[in-house]
Amino acid sequence: MAPADVARYQVSPETGKPLRPRPWWGRARFPRQPLARHLVLALLGAVVLYFVTSALSPYNNVLVGEIALYLIALAGLSLLTGTTGQISLGQGAFMAVGAYTVALLMTHTHMNFVLELLAAIGAAATLGLLVGISATRLKGPYLAGATLLLALALPPIADKWSTTFGGDQGLTTIVPTAPGGINPEEWLAWIELAGALITLVLLANLLTSRFGRSFRAVRDNEVAASLSGVHVARTKVTAFAVSAGCAGLAGAFLGLSTGVVSTGEFPLTLSIELLAAMVLAGAGSLFGMWWGAILLVYVPQWSTSVSGDFGLGAGTSAYLATIIFGVVLIVVMIAAPSGIQGGLRWLWEHVSKQWSISRDERAAPRHATHFPPSAADHQPNLVHDPLNE
Amino acid sequence: MKEKNQSSRRRWVAGISAGTMVGTLGIGVMAPAASAQAPGVTATSITIGATVPLTGPAAPGYDEIAPAMDAVFNWVNDHGGVYGRKIKYIYLDDQYNPAETATLTRKLVLQDDIFADVGSLGTPTQAAVQAFLNSEQVPQLFIESGCNCWSNPKYPDSFGWQPPYTVEGKILGAYIASHFGGEKVGYLTQDDEFGQDFVKGLNMELAKPTVVSQQTYDAATLSGPLSNQVAALKAAGAQVVAMATIPAATALTMLPAASIGYFPQYVISNVGADSPTVGPLLEAYTKASHGTATQVKAAAALLNGVITDAYEPPESQVSNPWVKVETKLLKDYAPALYAKTGLDGNTEYGVALAYTFVQALQAAGKNLTRAGLISAIEKSGKSFVTPGFVPLSYSSTVHYGFQGAEVVKLTTTAPPSVTPTGSWLGGVNLTRVEVTNVGSGPVTTYTGDIALPPSSLVSTS
Amino acid sequence: MSLFINITLDGVTQGMIFAALALALVLIFRATRVINFAQGAMAMLTTFIASTLLDRGLNYWWAFVAALAIGFVLGALVQMVLIRPLEGKPDLNPVIVTIGLVIVLEGVAGAVYGNSSRGFPAAFSQSGLVVGGTRIAFSHFDVFILVAVLLLMAANLVLFRATTLGLRMRASAFAREVSRLLGVRVGRLLTLGWGLAGLVGALAGLLIAPTSAFGPYFMDLDLIYAFTAAVIGGLESPVGALVGGLVTGLCISYVGGYLGSGLEPLGALVLLMVTLMARPQGIFSRPSARVV
Repeated sequence: MAPADVARYQVSPETGKPLRPRPWWGRARFPRQPLARHLVLALLGAVVLYFVTSALSPYNNVLVGEIALYLIALAGLSLLTGTTGQISLGQGAFMAVGAYTVALLMTHTHMNFVLELLAAIGAAATLGLLVGISATRLKGPYLAGATLLLALALPPIADKWSTTFGGDQGLTTIVPTAPGGINPEEWLAWIELAGALITLVLLANLLTSRFGRSFRAVRDNEVAASLSGVHVARTKVTAFAVSAGCAGLAGAFLGLSTGVVSTGEFPLTLSIELLAAMVLAGAGSLFGMWWGAILLVYVPQWSTSVSGDFGLGAGTSAYLATIIFGVVLIVVMIAAPSGIQGGLRWLWEHVSKQWSISRDERAAPRHATHFPPSAADHQPNLVHDPLNE
Repeated sequence: MKEKNQSSRRRWVAGISAGTMVGTLGIGVMAPAASAQAPGVTATSITIGATVPLTGPAAPGYDEIAPAMDAVFNWVNDHGGVYGRKIKYIYLDDQYNPAETATLTRKLVLQDDIFADVGSLGTPTQAAVQAFLNSEQVPQLFIESGCNCWSNPKYPDSFGWQPPYTVEGKILGAYIASHFGGEKVGYLTQDDEFGQDFVKGLNMELAKPTVVSQQTYDAATLSGPLSNQVAALKAAGAQVVAMATIPAATALTMLPAASIGYFPQYVISNVGADSPTVGPLLEAYTKASHGTATQVKAAAALLNGVITDAYEPPESQVSNPWVKVETKLLKDYAPALYAKTGLDGNTEYGVALAYTFVQALQAAGKNLTRAGLISAIEKSGKSFVTPGFVPLSYSSTVHYGFQGAEVVKLTTTAPPSVTPTGSWLGGVNLTRVEVTNVGSGPVTTYTGDIALPPSSLVSTS
Repeated sequence: MSLFINITLDGVTQGMIFAALALALVLIFRATRVINFAQGAMAMLTTFIASTLLDRGLNYWWAFVAALAIGFVLGALVQMVLIRPLEGKPDLNPVIVTIGLVIVLEGVAGAVYGNSSRGFPAAFSQSGLVVGGTRIAFSHFDVFILVAVLLLMAANLVLFRATTLGLRMRASAFAREVSRLLGVRVGRLLTLGWGLAGLVGALAGLLIAPTSAFGPYFMDLDLIYAFTAAVIGGLESPVGALVGGLVTGLCISYVGGYLGSGLEPLGALVLLMVTLMARPQGIFSRPSARVV
């Protein structure tokens, strides 16, 4: 701890009173305990978002809701690939499981809505568990190949048994009716935002707990982790299950947002785009994922306004939008390898170093001190370097 | 009560201040003052929208339809519009992904304030937004898909246009039954609604024992020749193969079949039998093995003799008044598109569909409302003048468009279809126009008149 | 019985094509530890260029050679411009860059060449050979595919095992820093490796195009199966690429032929999981010692 922190908590031996006088607002400091801190942040966020959604048009509320659901999926993927180092190209498959679970329950039962969402999370997490178990033996690109095929192979199963799964037309989902007066788009956005905030709080707590330390240990060096007492296989499986559960919730929300669940909504490109957006936003960070979510939602929207600006036909502008997205992806990866969040953090640290010295003194590490570099700086290694193995 | 007032007032204040901020940031498009009549309709304009695949694996060919429709609307606008209103057509790329369709359709309805959704493409994509559009009472008109699902009393605002796949299956099945009586039949169909509805129709006309093999393929993972399916059909001894395939799949069936010396009688849905679309795919093969000069002869090796159905005059009949009108319209109002593709199956489809919509607008009258448009289609749809061989079937209980077609054979003796990509096999009709329905009704010959283009269309061309 | 033979032959042909693409992936992975997701899109671009050249009247074989040369240059360029700046950075980033490259290349191809599928001629006749009175699903062109890929594998083997250049390339891949110390121009050899992979990919594209719906996305699925093949065979082994390719091709053919085409990816997944459960680093990988 920095000297200032020590001074803050030390008590004078003579008087028994704290050395540093408490400020006038007393104990109402920003909580230091992770759970409390996260809850406060989430509550603040909820209040802000409430006002934002009330002010936005119904269509923009649809977009806000989509950003929320992609945020959930990306957060899970960030935990799995960014923090635990398990590269997964199969997030879309878990989303499909969550979506179909919710749709099937809505079609055949009259279960409580929250229970249906929990079932979606559970179903996806169970699949994640199974995949995680097989992933314990696979490293880097081999795991990538397996998850890639999973994303490709799973959705068409719904086509094969089209009577159960609705085939082309898919299964319809029903959003619970909005309490009187609130329009349905805003209501759904609230549900999705609530889900996102809860997910972020839970994941943030997980990452600051010993599980988080195990995740990072497994990412950095499996052998060292195992020697330190971390159960590597169990950690990997947990990471997969948690990440898949997030994807399941996101998939359920996607089904609600669209109104219909069909295989066409979960192509391979979804999984690939999720991975790309996650790395672009900053692999390993949680709150940074909202950049990725914004990209995923806005890039397809953006193409329509581009066509107006340049007077191009809708077809050419659609290609233009994808080309620009690809170029941006490449440029950001080369110029800012820690992604947007990492770049912003670097910028912030660079700028804040120019400010008062006391700021440095007061800046205690927000996470427990650990020897491997923090999540934002270190990215997963795909394979172990044979020289160092 | 007090809390509720307080919270609602807080919402008000927050809403107004946030809204001003947000509004000045330019979020949310300010649509032109919509008239009291209907969203998207002003005294001088009508805004309509659609979602179609412009990029992605489903786009080839289908990306021509919306620009062709736009050409028709530009022609109409040039001639004063409909009751003085110009048509503005916004079409967005959904990449055939229903999730994308859902978002873009909400954008069109909630932000762009379209009057109606006209000419959107795809079964899974349009099924994803059917409930939404109907709940918002936005007409979902002339969906570009032959699914049986568009005529559904639960969704009164949805209308189909092209012949339902089951109708095609019945017409072609009846032809097979009457002309290839004792022969063994195999099916090769797409493993979704398209294939399943087509097979439903075939099965209504063909006796079970004659069908010796039923093969399917998955459109999403289509990347190479369907050799396994073809080998299975050959092994089962199918002499007639009925196909519900997209153009790429048609080519990827005929190529491996030819390479193992299997030349059954192909009977293909019009979706996958447009020769200017399928021809180029087959051309390369035949060039390599026959090395002949003209592409008509080249594609003739495989497309020659293919039986399909047609519900409007094929583009190869250059003397047909409709074909002349369509060609001129495309040349004048979509020259870039015409230079690339000419009048092929897709552009012809677009022109005919757009013209149907124009008729619907005219029938709805000057006082244009959504409800008015829908009842105009239901009441007067049968009398619309379209390039189709049969009148549209719209009524208050039926929301299918064309339910009739003639059976056509592609042959070297017919005048070819000439497009900028070359000269492709034309067709001759084998039967008179036949009509049926999606249910169990029989296939009967159509004895009514076939409409000619009106003078207003011809005189300006 | 003839169905079985035809399905098997089809599996072999497909497998050889997967093997060629898988070889390209292996070459790149061995050298730079990057999974080049853009291999298929790069091959698609070279094939489109070849198609344009053919439209302008160039002889097929000259266009063939031109495509291979362009593939080589493209591969080298990508390594120099996009991958080299990422050395020393997190391993996931080059993969994302290649994903970005796929998006850009497919977008450019779509914008320039349009969406419509076009045909691409085959080098030889595609009608099946007649064996014992029946036509089998194996044509002259399929023979060409088989021969071309086998020659490719042989050339690869000769290059890496029997030449000094190959030795230097293997050294650069295996122990980069030590090679640098010994005077090997590692950077150039890595570029060469990518160039060779680009050439191999271009060949694969030329072999696939005649039998596919040739458009901007025609290589996507083949790349995924080729990646599966490479993983099954062991990402560092060219022989593994060949064996993995054949196994994957046959598996897909049998699953598709007997169970239905929609289940092919599932069949590939099962094959992959079974193989990796038994040998987590592929069939032909060198077992790595666990250092404690």
